[in-house]
Amino acid sequence: MRPVGAAASLEVRIAEKTFVSAQGVPVTALRDLSFDVRQGEFACLLGPSGCGKTTTLRILLGLDKDFTGSFHLPEGGQLPESGTKRIAAVFQEPTLLPWRTVEQNVRLALPADLRKADIDWLFDSLGLAGMRSLYPSELSLGLARRVAIARAFAVEPAMLFLDEPFVSLDEQTAQRLRHLLLSVWSARPTTALMVTHNLNEALMLSDRIIVLSPRPGHVLGLFDVRLPRQYRNVQVMGDLLRSFRQKFPGHV
Amino acid sequence: MTDGQANIGVKGSMAARAGLAAGAAPALTVAASLFGLGLLWALAASAWPSRAFPTPGAVWSVLVEETANGDLFYHLGATLGRVAAAYVLAMVIGSVLGVFLGLHRRADRFFNPWVVLFLNIPALVIIVLAYIWFGLNEAAAIGAVAMNKIPNVVVTMREGARALDPAYAEMATVYRFGLLDRIRHILLPQLQPYLAATSRSGIALIWKIVLVVELLGRPNGVGFQIYLYFQLFDVAGILAYTLAFVAVMLVIELLLVQPLERHATRWRRRLA
Repeated sequence: MRPVGAAASLEVRIAEKTFVSAQGVPVTALRDLSFDVRQGEFACLLGPSGCGKTTTLRILLGLDKDFTGSFHLPEGGQLPESGTKRIAAVFQEPTLLPWRTVEQNVRLALPADLRKADIDWLFDSLGLAGMRSLYPSELSLGLARRVAIARAFAVEPAMLFLDEPFVSLDEQTAQRLRHLLLSVWSARPTTALMVTHNLNEALMLSDRIIVLSPRPGHVLGLFDVRLPRQYRNVQVMGDLLRSFRQKFPGHV
Repeated sequence: MTDGQANIGVKGSMAARAGLAAGAAPALTVAASLFGLGLLWALAASAWPSRAFPTPGAVWSVLVEETANGDLFYHLGATLGRVAAAYVLAMVIGSVLGVFLGLHRRADRFFNPWVVLFLNIPALVIIVLAYIWFGLNEAAAIGAVAMNKIPNVVVTMREGARALDPAYAEMATVYRFGLLDRIRHILLPQLQPYLAATSRSGIALIWKIVLVVELLGRPNGVGFQIYLYFQLFDVAGILAYTLAFVAVMLVIELLLVQPLERHATRWRRRLA
């Protein structure tokens, strides 16, 4: 039974996820993976590569149904016709439709009754105002990522998933995008879970870091960052990094 | 009007003329090439005068006569209608089957021999059987033509469906796209190059088969007329109808197929 009041959080209880490798050998990716993300919280799933972070995300996104266990998405953003919850994802690749303009890409993600909604604030705050009629092939990777972020926030999701959204960008662009993400997220806070292997990124963005073990993935421990984000300057980040390393000495 | 405005006007029209000239150069080459072919034909026909090898002038006069008495447009219209019906039928059925087989590997493994079998049945056999089984009627004629094209469409669209990028489908699942949105914004744009390829080869194949269907069992159409002129050994009539129909198909290609394709690939051309 779920305690009353905690109903709004993301609850993940994955017992086991096994897939068969190309050689026909079964590989256990996840075992007894269990964690919560409270409503309105920005959490990061941190772990070494190959520990099943992306697998976890694919299960939560409903793209992989072949696992044992269960999960429960936060309430809100119900779609009237189907009763399914509204979720949003920023994938590793921007995954924009090349044959649709920037604006069409964002609007297509909206439910039919919100297609005409006013999303000017989103384009403005992500610096995309002048690019709404461009096609994705005319954008740099950094700009395409911004469009992917705009699409995710436009649907006002009950739960936002991000799968290493800043990989393969130069550090300067990535840092700028992190600030943009934070400013949009602060304007419309939503429960968010981001997968990353970048500890600095996790410390900068999240309220809580969920540290995963190597395969088969399970939770090694939690690291809460209670400090408001505007106080996380270079010095504070150094302190956070040190205390994180103390708590998880094996983790790079 | 001030001098300045006049100047701009002159410059503007000069620029327009330069643009026209650049656009007209390939068209001029085509015209010159066709004129050369016609000239060669005229020379050859006057060097060896024969009823079996009429001059362009003779063919032209048949064309004018048939246009004046309305026969040409009646038969062109009948053939064009059959081409259009068979084309739509073949594209819709072939695309649905092809995409289904491309997405379902087990079904594909089972039905692939059927596809190979139908690919290799000669057009003539399908036409004759259709007329025997379903009678000498319009439905049998159009169905037989479509049946000849469907296996080709299936094979091409199956390749297209196999090349679909699952990332877009997953994005559509996450953002809860409806079925119609999925078809319109995810599926069709990815299949567009395959649709374009199979459409082009489809139109070319279908109109040739339609002529055979008309020859064997229809009371009108270009194929029927050609059969009639064949019995009369009237080569001028045969050539007049053939050239008229080729011209119609070229106009369709230029005015319908190419603009549609340009529209469908507009996002790609901006890359440069």
